[in-house]
Amino acid sequence: MRNVAIIGTGHTKFGVRTDVNLQELAWEAIKQALEEANLEPKDIQYFSVGNVGSWSAEELPAIVVGEYAGLCPKGTMRVEAACASGSAALREAYLAVKSGEVDIALAVGVEQMHQSPNPQVVELIGRAGNYFWEFENFGLTFPGYYALHATAYMAKYGAKQEDLGEIAIKNHYYGARNPYAQFQKEITMEEYLNSRMVAYPLKLLDSSPITDGAAAVILASEDVAKKITDSPVWIVSQGVASGSANLSRRTDYTHIEAAYLAAQQAYKKANIEFENAWKYFDVAEVHDCFTIAEIMAYEDLGFAKRGEGYLLAREKQTYIGGRIPVNVDGGLKAKGHPIGATGVSMAVSITRQLLYRAHKGTQVDVKNGMGVAHNVGGTGHYAYVTIFSTRRPST
Amino acid sequence: MTLKDSRNKLQESINQTIDYVDSLLKAEGLPIIKEQKTNNPLWVDVREIDLRYQLPVKKVERFFSALKEGKILATKCPKCGAIYFPPQDDCPNCRISGLEWVEMPTEGELITYTVINVKPPSFSHYGDYIVGIARMSNGVNVLAWVNAKEVKVGMKVKLRVTRREPEGYLTYEFIPA
Repeated sequence: MRNVAIIGTGHTKFGVRTDVNLQELAWEAIKQALEEANLEPKDIQYFSVGNVGSWSAEELPAIVVGEYAGLCPKGTMRVEAACASGSAALREAYLAVKSGEVDIALAVGVEQMHQSPNPQVVELIGRAGNYFWEFENFGLTFPGYYALHATAYMAKYGAKQEDLGEIAIKNHYYGARNPYAQFQKEITMEEYLNSRMVAYPLKLLDSSPITDGAAAVILASEDVAKKITDSPVWIVSQGVASGSANLSRRTDYTHIEAAYLAAQQAYKKANIEFENAWKYFDVAEVHDCFTIAEIMAYEDLGFAKRGEGYLLAREKQTYIGGRIPVNVDGGLKAKGHPIGATGVSMAVSITRQLLYRAHKGTQVDVKNGMGVAHNVGGTGHYAYVTIFSTRRPST
Repeated sequence: MTLKDSRNKLQESINQTIDYVDSLLKAEGLPIIKEQKTNNPLWVDVREIDLRYQLPVKKVERFFSALKEGKILATKCPKCGAIYFPPQDDCPNCRISGLEWVEMPTEGELITYTVINVKPPSFSHYGDYIVGIARMSNGVNVLAWVNAKEVKVGMKVKLRVTRREPEGYLTYEFIPA
């Protein structure tokens, strides 16, 4: 197995992107990544496309994007892992290079949710889980699934509404400084507490928005990467896991077991001690589709002990300068959450952070040269934890 | 709102959009509208799709016939003893099929819940509803609506068969014990 490096990144503005269609949106990100790597479309030997779709018209997004971006006739597939589809696309390209199958591969995540009216999107996302037993009969929504976790977590550990609010406030603070973010404005605790309930105890300002956007990364084998760039960012390891489709088949609702398992795998491969994981990383991107998800992520990644994740938020330890900066690009909450693009967007944010290319007011101090991305699909149905480093892995 | 009212309301809003597109087509020869917020030109699909799936239930048909008798059934693997709810007829661990049918206990304790305020369009004819997960006395979790005025984590609940109105189909729910 070979070392794999990120040699080019691309990221579109997130938000309501009805100024372009799906493939034009993907191209914006792909073009940027190609320019960064100084490559042409013909140099890409394989590409994967993270896209969930159903709210957008194209049934075969990979080939539509491939044609538009000049990547045809290279091999491709559309990759689906719900909200972790971007990380799944990254994994697909990563394994293609790591195995020696190809030397240069591209992963692009793209989602255009505004092709359908919002209520229809609510309907479609609610069906993500076990359709028959949990949606057809009981009408769960995406906020509803996470609200079940929020209720259990708050009842068990005594976390307060304001603790969830701290996450939203932090992520909006950084979103306000990220020109790619959907919401480029800060919010106050008062605004948070007054926002309307969508699924008790989660409010509108606990929730990530409906977003259009795309992100892309180009991966290369060590030999090729060395020729192309003097600043590669290496993918050190990746952990993957899944959770039961029916939430009722789980035993605990205060954490996301799949994310914990994925973190364990990724840390083991990278020789990272779980209890002190935060000490290894300069920056983390975690899946804050809802504020409670970020708090659970702190614990599933070992940044805080079980039941103490909300204290990290309360003590503002995840701002730049704190114990570990988390989602300093605005996170899903403020940057936006174009389902299939989110995982790739995380990889782009971390790569740019480690290379001191983050936007003004969002750059962390890079001491260890390492970052981690935590991307959850559905409600802990899929989980991907990926570790990035400026130092070449020794294997 | 009755089921019929809500269906009509939904259809009415769809018809309005279609009428608007028809008038645009007549006047302009193109179904292109300007999005309100962004002023971006959008081509409104002239094709439409109406999805209503047909889900096979043959292997768990017993579950549905038991609802008519007021019973909520799970399946149990005769070899390893695993209880499956929602029911399934295959035990992947033992690789055997044709599991036994057992009755679920009615007593449980609510371990978490939410109140759905923003509802999917296909649930818009209901008032805000409470969805809870309870651990039943046999250790198996069940997710269902909680038919109660007030709820809290740890409350004792009873699982029972109910007829979901206004559709009028048999399903199950929790009520305070």
